[in-house]
This record gives sequence, C-alpha cells and structure tokens, in this order.
Amino acid sequence: MRVIIVGAGEVGSTIAESLSGTHDVVVVDIDADRVETLTYELDVLAIQGDGGDINTLREAGIEDADMFIASTDDDETNIVACGTAAVGGNPFSIARVKRPQYLHTWEADNRAFGVDFMVCTDLLAAENIVGVIGLPTARDVDSFAEGAVQLAELEIPEGSPVAGQTVREADRFDSLTFVGIIRDGEVVVPDGDTVIEGGDEVVIVGNPESARAFSSAIAPQENRPSDIVIVGGGEIGYQTARLLEERGFSPRLIEHDGDRARWLAEKLPDTTVLESDATDQSFLERENVGSADAVIAALENDQQNLLATLLAKRLGARRAVAVVDTIAFAELFEAVGVDVAVSPREATAEEITRFTRGRHAENVSIVDGDRAEVLEVEIDAESVFAGRTIREAAADLPEGVVVGAITRKGEFIVPRGDTVVEMSDHVVVFVETAVLDQVTERI
Amino acid sequence: MSLLGVTNGAGGVRVDWRTSLSLIGTVLKYLAVPLLLPLIVGLIYGGDVLVFLCTGILTLVVGTALERLDPDPDLGAREGFLLVAGAWLGVALISAVPYLLAAHGLPGLLAASSPASTLANPVNALFESMSGFTTTGATLLGEISLDRHSHAILIWRQLTQWLGGMGIIVLAIAILPELSVGGAQLMDAEAPGVGLEKLTPRIAETARVLWIAYFGFTALEIALLYGLHLVGMAPNMGAYNAVAHGLTTLPTGGFSPEADSIAAFSAAVQWVVIPFMVVAGTNFALFYAVSRGKVRKLAGDAEFRAYAGIMGVLAAVLSGVLFVGGAPPLGDLGGVVQGDIENTLRQSVFQVVSIVTTTGYATSDFAEWSEAGKFLLLFAMFIGGSGGSTGGAVKIVRWVVIVKAIRRELFTTTHPEAVRPIRLAGEVVDEDAVRGVLGFTLFYFLLFGVGTVLISLDVSRVGYDINTLEAMSAIAATLGNVGPGFGSLGPFGSYLDFPNSSKLLMVFLMWIGRLEILPVLVLLTSGYWRS
Repeated sequence: MRVIIVGAGEVGSTIAESLSGTHDVVVVDIDADRVETLTYELDVLAIQGDGGDINTLREAGIEDADMFIASTDDDETNIVACGTAAVGGNPFSIARVKRPQYLHTWEADNRAFGVDFMVCTDLLAAENIVGVIGLPTARDVDSFAEGAVQLAELEIPEGSPVAGQTVREADRFDSLTFVGIIRDGEVVVPDGDTVIEGGDEVVIVGNPESARAFSSAIAPQENRPSDIVIVGGGEIGYQTARLLEERGFSPRLIEHDGDRARWLAEKLPDTTVLESDATDQSFLERENVGSADAVIAALENDQQNLLATLLAKRLGARRAVAVVDTIAFAELFEAVGVDVAVSPREATAEEITRFTRGRHAENVSIVDGDRAEVLEVEIDAESVFAGRTIREAAADLPEGVVVGAITRKGEFIVPRGDTVVEMSDHVVVFVETAVLDQVTERI
Repeated sequence: MSLLGVTNGAGGVRVDWRTSLSLIGTVLKYLAVPLLLPLIVGLIYGGDVLVFLCTGILTLVVGTALERLDPDPDLGAREGFLLVAGAWLGVALISAVPYLLAAHGLPGLLAASSPASTLANPVNALFESMSGFTTTGATLLGEISLDRHSHAILIWRQLTQWLGGMGIIVLAIAILPELSVGGAQLMDAEAPGVGLEKLTPRIAETARVLWIAYFGFTALEIALLYGLHLVGMAPNMGAYNAVAHGLTTLPTGGFSPEADSIAAFSAAVQWVVIPFMVVAGTNFALFYAVSRGKVRKLAGDAEFRAYAGIMGVLAAVLSGVLFVGGAPPLGDLGGVVQGDIENTLRQSVFQVVSIVTTTGYATSDFAEWSEAGKFLLLFAMFIGGSGGSTGGAVKIVRWVVIVKAIRRELFTTTHPEAVRPIRLAGEVVDEDAVRGVLGFTLFYFLLFGVGTVLISLDVSRVGYDINTLEAMSAIAATLGNVGPGFGSLGPFGSYLDFPNSSKLLMVFLMWIGRLEILPVLVLLTSGYWRS
C-alpha cells in the first residue's frame, strides 16, 4: 500500500515509522531540514514541499496513493491538504485536527471537507484522560465495539489483594478476560495458573462494568473519584471537563486567564471554574487541592504540567495525570511520580495507524508502547474463526494471541474455549507484536 | 443619526424632541380607533355617545397637530425614551377626557351624564385613566355601578387596561411601519422584564405575534365566561360583563364594572378566571414556543417554574391561614368560610394569583383578613409576573437572578477565585444584566420607601389617618401596578380619601412602575438632555 503523510512532526514521524516496515511511505514536509533528517532516519521517501500544492502531491505520487494522512500541527492546512489529495487522486484521506468543531462538522456529514476520516487530537487526549480517571490504577483505557467492550491496562499495586493470586482466582468477573500481563517489559500470555504479582500490568478486556469492578478489586481503597481537579483550561482541559460532566462528575477547573475562565464557566455548568495561577501554593492549599482524588494537568507546556502534577502530589492528591506533548517525555514523567502521562500526539498516531491494519480491523489499540496490539475484527468467511470454536481456531494461530471479547449485534459475549464464533461477530483479540503480521492475515 | 444632527430646540439640547412628539402624535391619532368601542357600546346601551365622539375628534386633532411638528421623524435612542414615556402620559391624559366630559358635560353641546361623579375632579380622572393604562386597577370611582355611570364609560375604563396590558408601544410597532427601525429599543423600554426577546427576525412581526396571542387568550376567556352564563352557572355574567372582565384579566388589570369585583360572581366564574390570570403573568414568548410545538420549553423554563412554585407555596400557606380562621366571616359576599376546603382553597389561590400577577381582582375583602394573611399578600405584591408578561412589580425573572446572585456571593466568599456565571435554564445571564437587575430592584425598594414616607407625611398634613401597613400597601400597589391595598384601599374600597398631592404622586408611581422606572427617570437627568 502506498501511503502519503503530510507533516513530519512528532505525529507524522511516529506514523511513518510504524508504517515504513510494511508499506511504501512518502512523507511531505515544508521544512527542508526535517526532510533531510527523515531521509536518513527512516526507510521512507521524504519530499520537501507544501501539502496543499497539487504539484507537490503529484510528485509524491498521489495518483497511486491508497492512503493520505495530513498530520501537520495546523488544522486548516490538514483539511486543505486532504481536499487537494482528493483532486489529485482517490486515496483514503485522514486529517488530524485540534479543534473539535471541525470534527463535529465532519461527523455531521462524512463527506465534509473531502476528508474520509478525522482524528481530533485534543478530543482524543481528553477521552483518554477521562477513561483513565474512571478506572483507578488504569494506565490506559480504550473502547471497542462502540463502547460495549473496554480494554484497560491496569497497574497492580504492591500489597493489592490481587497480588499473589492466580489468574483463575483473580478472575471473579463474568464478562472479563485477562489477555496479557506485562512484567518487566515482557509480555506474558496468561493462563489460569499464572500468578499475578505486585508491579505487574495486566491487560483486561471486558464490558465497562466488569472492568470497573475489577479495577476496584485490585485497589479497594480507591473508590470512584468524586473530587477531580483539572489544571489548565485550554482545549484539552475544556474537553476533559466537558466529558467528565457528561459522565456525571462535577470537576474543578483552574485557569489563570480571566476571560478564558469566564468563557469556560459559561460553557461548563457543572464545573467550578477557579481563576488563579495553578502554581500558587497558598491558593492550592486554600482550595484543598491536596485532598483531590485526581489532578489532571493540561497546561500549555510539558514543564508546567510536570510542575503542577508534582506540586499536587506533594500536597497529597491521590492521582496525578499529566498531558505530555513530547512523546518521549511520557516515560520520564511516570518515572518521577506522575501516575499517568497522556500524550495527545501518541494517541493521534495510534488512532491513525489503525486504518492501516488490513481491511478488516475495525479498531486498534497499542498496548504499552509497542509490545502488543489489541484488534477489533469483524469476522467474514475467510477468517480462521468463521463458524469454529475458539479452541479450534486458536490451534491454527501462533502463541501470543488471546481472544478478549466477542460482540454479536452489539451484545457482549464472554469468550470461552467452546464458544462458536459466527459470521459478522466482532472479535477483540490481543496480539503480541512479534506475531502480528501472521495473525492479521488469518483473521 | 439624529443625535449628531440636532440643530433645533434650545441651545445645547441634544434630544430631537420634535421627533418624539411627532411620533407620540401618531400614537394619539390612532387612539381614536379603540375609542370606537365605547362609542358602539354607547349606541347599544344608550348614553355618552357624544362623549366618545368628542374625545375621538380631540385625539385626532391633537395627534395630527403633534405629528406635524416633524414631518420626517428620525428616531434615535434618546428620542425613543422620550417617545415611550411621553406616549404613556399622552394616552393617559387623553383617556381622562371622557371621564371629565361625562361628569361636566360641554356647555351647549352635551349635558353631564353623571354629574355627581368623583371623576369630576381632573386629578381623579387622570388617576383613573393612568391606573387603567398601567393596568394597576386602583380606582377612585366612588360608587361603581351602572346606575351612576354609563355602559360606555365603564367599558372604556376596561378597555384602557386591555390596551395598556400588552403595551401601546408594542401595539404601535405591530401596526406602524415607521417604528420598525428603532422598534427593538422601544419595545425594550416598554416591555417588562430583563432584556427583549425577539421571537422573529422582524420586530414588527414579534409585536404582532404577542398581540395575537394576547387577543386570542382574551377572546377565549370572554367565550368561556359567557359560556358559563349560557349554561346557567353564572347568572350575572352577561355578554357585557364577560367582555368587560375578559378585557381586564389578560392585561392583569383588575378593573371591574362590578363594585364587588369577582366576588360578585359564582365560584365557577372565579375558578375560570384563575388560569387566565396565571396566563397573563406568564412570559408570552413561552406561548409562542408552545404554539411552535416546543411544549417542553414551558416546563423547562426557570422563570415559569419559579412563578408556578412561588404561587403554589404562597397559596398553600394562605389556605392554611384561612382554614384555621384567618378571616372574619363577611356574610354571603366574598366570605371566607372557615374549615371549608373548597372555599378556603379558592379564596387563597384566587387572591395569591391575583396579587402575584398584579391583577388586583378580589373574591374576598382581604383588607379585612388577619395580619398574617395581609402581610403575606403585601409580600406577594413585590413578586410580580414574569418578564415578557403583562404583570407588574419586580418580576419573577429578577427575583430568580437575585437569588442566584446571592448564592454566588455566598459561594465566592469561601472560594474567592471561583468564576460563576449566573444561568437561567442553562443560558448564561450577562454580568451587565445581573447588575441591571440588582440596580433596578434596589431602586424599586428605594422608591417604595421614599414613597411610603411621602404619602404618610402628605396624609397626616390633611388629617387623613392611615396606618403603616396601609401606607405601604398604597405605594406597593401603585408602583407595582397591583391595584388594591389594605384598609380603605381594599379591593372593594377606593383611593378617594387621599389628598390630590398624594394622588398625583401615585399617578407618577404607576407611570414609572409600568415602564419599569428607568425609561422615565432617565428623562429627569441632565445627562440625557445634554452632552
């Protein structure tokens, strides 16, 4: 498949990197230095030029391109680039945008702007944050099958009641499957006798209720958070507050700019907006930020977010979630005490990458960096699963594959060895990266 | 705009008063049309036809003369205030003329039809006329009876309230194309409540929609009342009375050609009148929404819920007060029957709705009730109808905003950094509007206090003895366009015993109360006229 990527920033490069092994990737960027760097760093063709210029796109081979990804930092540039791509050829075009308004317009009519798929960076980040907040101890949360199935990466704290139990003992929930355990950076595909240890990260797939129930089982002292403080009222902060309101929370939101604070207060009826500097210690103490169940830092830059979350942790906040712009900082953040670092760019790259996973994959989630992936696949006649039980199908698949969940007409079905998979079921499978290519072919 | 191009008038005056006067003239000219109704009534029932013919000619002459002052009126913001305030004063002055003509006659042309009328005093006539247009319903008619006054005079009295209810300016905007440009500002100055709600892109269309709804409800009530008469449930609610009361319910007016107000009618009539008073005190924009299929807008409206809620609570408390004997038995007329559930419920609901909506009808002489009942009603006089309704006083929407502002004040005391907009049914209320609401209400109470002091001084000057509650009720009832007060000002009494000076003060209060104070008071500032 020929893929053209416009914009070689962090998002564009990340996508290019993950696709370069299996596809012909052409990267277009306006900056000559970046083009040069990319030429040597990745196995891609890098072209210097304007993504909105038809001649540049022709040079990149737009006529034969199957996919076109516009991932610059500028919304309008991306939308225009997709429109230009539609003139030059007929690729599946994906636009990255920051502003949710564009996404809403596009959702109202999928032909809008000539864009085939739109990814909203800030909204994705906010959804990610809200998912993590809803599940205590979760490092990452993703939804499949229109929300009927939830994938969660949960950290087992030392001293958790679940630590030391076998998977069979820990799995007291009907609609829940343990698809993977990540221990010391290695993926372990668990069976019933695998013992869960403190410090493990377990990957579970199940319906949202059982995911929540399991999350509170591993950390009983962590109840559903009630006091959530968001620091920074930019787009991500605003979207996070809005999504939290939709889920029945009444968060507090700290914004230093007076006009913006007023705007936020008008838009968010259930949020208490506080106009102050988030690093003002006496203010944080007066407002009892230390007693918050979760503090989310969504300020302008990574340094501020790090400072704000560490400060909140120091004051006693139970969980701290930081937005991190530079993908590489995410791990560093978590190393120094931030509980979860959410990277909007990484989330965007992940979201875009899922369109390249063969034709059948409806949805993809990348687990813990790049160690494994979770795919949602609609079963057709050619699939190894079609009309067979899971046990039969598993025999034909390599090690490192676990069926996490099945949905049939929107209904959640618990996958067991003797469950028969029917046509047009949606199957959510956990696949180790090493065997990914073999598996995607067969299912 | 005219603000820049003013060259006429006294040196330094920055208001093009000719424009305003010219447009007031247009309004007065058209006043001849509604004067046809009493004329027709006079022809049917006999009496006072010439009175209304003369008044009609007078208003046409005065109106046309004023209109000539400026053949090409160019309405600006300042001229708008003068137009609205002046038009209300103008129509009140003209409509006092029939009362005076009926009392004095015209030498050589027509004989006085009611020579002993209390309205022979020009101040009384103006009071009655202003009380009519402002839908106050306070009366100086000594003896309200068809024996003493003609059908025509009494129906004119009712009609002034109907014209004033939805607003003469709103009516003018609906029919006069020359008012459409500055129309929104004019309507804002006249219509009660916070800000103006444009229902349609064109202001004239909005004005028309409001008047059509108003007319429709009026017609419906008249039909229902007359229907009760036809089925024998309201023997004295003939066609004349049905029309007369239809004309004063929807404007929350309160005038009645019956001396005993609604107490003169059967319980069935009283129950029918209640919902129409409730409708009159509701924001008419909501009916427009309902007519367009948005029924939920009514139930979800913060103001409507507060309006219904406060009337419910007050009626429940008052029912309790009356049920245990909060009112002396008054014989068969409007008596409150202690321990009778239907009776106490009807009396309390009727009185509460009548006072909260500032209608001023009564089915019982609440001036004779216990102190608890009276204070409850005095409190209710300050509540008022909804914004965009025909009711007076402070208005529910302002109280809702005030309560929310107080709650915010309490919250920000402990959380000084909190940013809390005030919302009405999810919609954010602009901070300027909040300030305006607080300012208005403060001003309202200031006027109430000052008015009470002035009236007390004035009555003691002439030796007329009223107590504090009565003095307070007189001001609350006129400033809030409610009508009846307590003591001799009760629903079956009159304001007759006040000295002329007090009556003129109350005329002023009714005038500024109807226009919600600021559009009139702004005319009294030097900054309005200069710079």
